[in-house]
Amino acid sequence: MESMVTRSYMSRREVEQQSFHVLATLLIPVVALLLQVMLPRISPRFAILDLPLIVTLFFAVSRRSPIAGTTTGAVIGLLQDLLSGMPAGVNGMAKSVVGYAAASLGSRIDVENTATRAVLTFCFSLLQSVLLYLIQRRLLEIHGFHVLWLHELIRAFVNLLVAVPVFLFLDRWKRSE
Amino acid sequence: MEFVTRFKNALFLVAVLLAQAIALAVQVRGPANSSEPNGEKVRLIRLWVIGAVTPFERGTHAVGSGVQKIWFNYIDLRHARQENEGLKRQVAQMRIDEAAIAEDALQGRRLQALLQFRQRYVGSTVPAQVIGNSATDQSHILTIDKGSSDGLRPDMPVITPDGIIGKLREVSSSTAQVVEINDQTSGAGVILESTRIRGILRGTVAGRVQIGNLTADSRIKPGEHVLTSGGDQVYPRGLPVGVIESIKPDPDHQPYMAITIKPTADLNRVEEVLVITGIQPDLSEQAQQDLATAQAKRAADLSAEKLPGIHDDQQNNRPPTAGDTTTAPGSSDEPALKAPRPLPAIHPDRYSTGATPPASDLSPGVANPAVPQQIAPPAAPKASKPTLPANTPEQQEPQ
Repeated sequence: MESMVTRSYMSRREVEQQSFHVLATLLIPVVALLLQVMLPRISPRFAILDLPLIVTLFFAVSRRSPIAGTTTGAVIGLLQDLLSGMPAGVNGMAKSVVGYAAASLGSRIDVENTATRAVLTFCFSLLQSVLLYLIQRRLLEIHGFHVLWLHELIRAFVNLLVAVPVFLFLDRWKRSE
Repeated sequence: MEFVTRFKNALFLVAVLLAQAIALAVQVRGPANSSEPNGEKVRLIRLWVIGAVTPFERGTHAVGSGVQKIWFNYIDLRHARQENEGLKRQVAQMRIDEAAIAEDALQGRRLQALLQFRQRYVGSTVPAQVIGNSATDQSHILTIDKGSSDGLRPDMPVITPDGIIGKLREVSSSTAQVVEINDQTSGAGVILESTRIRGILRGTVAGRVQIGNLTADSRIKPGEHVLTSGGDQVYPRGLPVGVIESIKPDPDHQPYMAITIKPTADLNRVEEVLVITGIQPDLSEQAQQDLATAQAKRAADLSAEKLPGIHDDQQNNRPPTAGDTTTAPGSSDEPALKAPRPLPAIHPDRYSTGATPPASDLSPGVANPAVPQQIAPPAAPKASKPTLPANTPEQQEPQ
């Protein structure tokens, strides 16, 4: 009976796991990074957006695999660092943790719900700000580094607003297993 | 083994974080060469990533600029000709002004030469287009479409006509990254224009530009212009940086002040930049030509002040008047002697030059016919009978 329950639980989890075409897996983060680089050229206000974070969250909660979430976050974060002139690893570490946490949470709650997605994006955006602060202030010991928390709250809210339609758009690329 | 299987997710996360922490430690260990801030390997990976992204940025930029060109070059051309004429006049005037300023600076250069000062002027520049921005708002990096194949190298200063933008950091063969002056990792030596106080300019986390190494000084006031000092060996001396916006105590670095600067160049909307690729001890050829023009103009102005007759060539074009008697008798081609003459009056009266005919045309006891009637003395009151003088026109009328 116990083995049945376990098998049943694992089967349900596996059914809920989503996979993506290899092209989508490669192209969606690249497009997000390109947009992140190019949108501020149109208006500097777009710099407050964090499209790589939204994509990391999407892949993490869709795949529901902490290892996959960690890997996705690390790769996207490292690429973001390399394109930003920052030491490679600052965003990489922050997004690795975010990817791991989002995937762990995604296997426990219903992440298909729009409200849940919005709350997740808001919370993980703030978590990333805290992680970036800790990495730069404590690990890199940049003493002049400050976080404008009101700005980070606004960033989290803007990411929330953008993430909901982006998640709906990216849902089209999902393949259920 | 069971432990590994049970906690494989967490262990994987720890391994990934550890690897990145080690990579971070290697990068911030303290570079031997300032042009390679992150170590050679990371620099190479960074260049590969930038190189991979650049074609997309170039493509997007080309499409965007193409649409802009179609609009601005073919559709939105109203008043372009008039504007062009106005700008040409403005450029000509600015060239003259610049030449005059250069002439004024010549004296300072002579003094500097006497004191064996080493001066550095902008020798050569490479224009470049901005094709990309930073991937996060925690850093302020621009990507430009010129690289080492165009002669660019790390640490070269990047400017616009409005002021400095930053300096080059990573340079690949066809692109380069520019660290703007409002980035947290940037720095520049500056000098306050009027007080001549030197400081170090740094970017803040909020993307602002501050001088943070000066203590409170009553001479420093908002509105003062800030220039590059040349002391950092990156930016040439005297380039505009910005204007002091506010002065507040720096809570993190007492007793220093946080002097916030408003950059003269709009760092958020940079489209084209100039990379200074060469510094030279002398002025450029164009500047030297302007200087020669200014000196010639200055000499002409001084001559004009001391010799007013030099303006006569301007008056030769005006129609001859009764007063033009400078031509020597017997010579109808060239005047024998040009005497200084005042300019013609706008509203001539009987006192104006040339209003009186030559003495040879006048008859003794006869009124001057050249005196206009409207400027004659006012009539006497009616009550009294007018008593005209002997030489009034009325007496000359035939009876």
